[in-house]
Amino acid sequence: MNRGGGHVSALRSFLKSTAQFVIVLMTTLLGLAAVTFFIGRVVPIDPVIAIVGDRAPPQVYERVRTELGLDRPLAEQFVIYVKKAVTGDFGNSVLTTNPVLTDIANVFPATLELATLGTLIGTLFGIPLGVLAAVKRGSLLDQFVRLVGLVGYSVPIFWLGLMGLLLFYAKLGWVAGPGRIDVTYSYLYTPVTGIVLLDTAMQGQWDAFWDAVSHVILPACLLGYFSLAYISRMTRSFMLNELAQEYVIAARVKGLSEMRVIWRHALRNAAVPLVTVIALSYANLLEGSVLTETVFAWPGLGQYITNSLQNADMNAVLGGTLVIGAVFVLLNLVSDLLYRLLDPRTR
Amino acid sequence: MAGAPPLPQPSGLRAWLLSPEPGSRSQARLGRFYLGWRAFSRNPLAVVGLGVVILLILVAIFADVIAPYSPIAGGDLRTQRLLPPSETYWFGTDDQARDIFSRVVYGSRITLFVVVLVALIATPIGLLVGTVSGYLGGWVDTVLMRITDIFLAFPRLILALAFVAALGPGIENAIIAIAITSWPPYARIARAETLTIRNSDFIAAVKLQGASTPRIILGHVVPLCISSLIVRVTLDMAGIILTAAGLGFLGLGAQPPMPEWGAMVATGRNYLIDQWWVAAMPGLAIFVVSLGFNLLGDGLRDVLDPKAAK
Repeated sequence: MNRGGGHVSALRSFLKSTAQFVIVLMTTLLGLAAVTFFIGRVVPIDPVIAIVGDRAPPQVYERVRTELGLDRPLAEQFVIYVKKAVTGDFGNSVLTTNPVLTDIANVFPATLELATLGTLIGTLFGIPLGVLAAVKRGSLLDQFVRLVGLVGYSVPIFWLGLMGLLLFYAKLGWVAGPGRIDVTYSYLYTPVTGIVLLDTAMQGQWDAFWDAVSHVILPACLLGYFSLAYISRMTRSFMLNELAQEYVIAARVKGLSEMRVIWRHALRNAAVPLVTVIALSYANLLEGSVLTETVFAWPGLGQYITNSLQNADMNAVLGGTLVIGAVFVLLNLVSDLLYRLLDPRTR
Repeated sequence: MAGAPPLPQPSGLRAWLLSPEPGSRSQARLGRFYLGWRAFSRNPLAVVGLGVVILLILVAIFADVIAPYSPIAGGDLRTQRLLPPSETYWFGTDDQARDIFSRVVYGSRITLFVVVLVALIATPIGLLVGTVSGYLGGWVDTVLMRITDIFLAFPRLILALAFVAALGPGIENAIIAIAITSWPPYARIARAETLTIRNSDFIAAVKLQGASTPRIILGHVVPLCISSLIVRVTLDMAGIILTAAGLGFLGLGAQPPMPEWGAMVATGRNYLIDQWWVAAMPGLAIFVVSLGFNLLGDGLRDVLDPKAAK
């Protein structure tokens, strides 16, 4: 067999699928823009009045209307909107008067910090739980994992957050309350990455670091629980699938220890689809952050969107929606690409 | 087979239901239903889920009888405000001196209203888009599935949030927004089912008889997609309830003084530390009801869609 030719054709098919991905990505992003554009047009708020006020003379009103491009045909407005969105121009926030993209860049690290910690917690605990549940199928542990999953799918995240605050902050005093860091510590470090845990640790402000930890631990565990519910359930079903395969029997017949069969052989094969699951749960946490950030007064993208909503700041709402949508799409595509890279059967 | 003990012959109603040669269509249908119910009732958790859902419906119907106080008009603000749970006020009272139990009871109507309306709006849309796309194929399929993918690409709550922001807060707009975000997965499922049905012999036979495309889709494809869709919608109900409650919590769903559970939790947030029951009780109601729908959905899936049960 010509191995070199195999490489070339593998590369070609990889390039081809990558090109397909790019096309899918472009059309989906364009669709997202179309949806937010459409929402922006059906808003009952007149954007001109929002800027000039309702007592402005007609000439001023007309001038601003022309400046905003609202007198042109809808299709042309959409083209302009997409052009601006591509360069990252979502307009200015009425509330903060900054460009929306600047605002989003300021708040996004906070959301990223929370979602990343949540996914880490969910993965670290979810995968072993799922594996054990699959290995000891029907056992008490399996039932427990099922229950954890069911509760995770059914409980309102904002309510669980409030109950967590009540118990661990108000009653037991184990963790700090809402917010990212105490005011006392907030001037001890200079924000570089925007991720408080990294900034404080890099600058050696350990008191501030531990304060930030005690703030982040509860919301991170909360998001972690929701990610755990999903990851453990999926791990269990993937593992059940793998454990029924013939190579597992072969490995056992060879006399490998059960530990090795489960953790080295079966889990390694289950790990490929798990990458997709983890990426999906990461994307879901970005969504869950809207409610969580509201409950914990966490200054991230979710809180930014809800604050803007309550102040009818549509540029900020739509910009934030588009950014979350785009991140969501990208994560989905990345997980798809990873899947193809990791699983030789898809080549 | 001589050694095998004779099978006990069912008699009476059961025999009629299980008859291998049903005399009428309705007998056959009832028989199928009975078999399904037998499989379903073997799963105790699913029966619990069904119980919760039935309880929700009963509470919603008989809210006037069950609730001891008015859900809107409060009591004496000086003496009956923020009282802890007691024999007179089972779940305590809120900041307007209203009985929380009565509000939770009436809130079941709103929850049921939202769930039913979203299901009634989103299911037909998804069914139609999915079956048309799967049956016709070609560019229609490509276009419809691209649109579906775009809607799937948005996180659900965020898209609903943006829609409510545009339409204005309120329960009706929340329902529309949730319905708009709910149909894409149904379309996907209906399309997948349609693809397996499309090339079967009976469709070819109907086609040869001269049936029109709308007739084939509505009369022959849609009915076969419904059972897997019912499972999916039931499993989705919990998500719908949670999204609606989330919108209510953010102040974008039902407006005060409507006793919407999510909005009630939001009120309770202000009194969390000293009067925990104001937030805890309505949240517990959301949890129990969505748990019930999830258990019911799991059970239904095992019966109607055994392939997916793993």
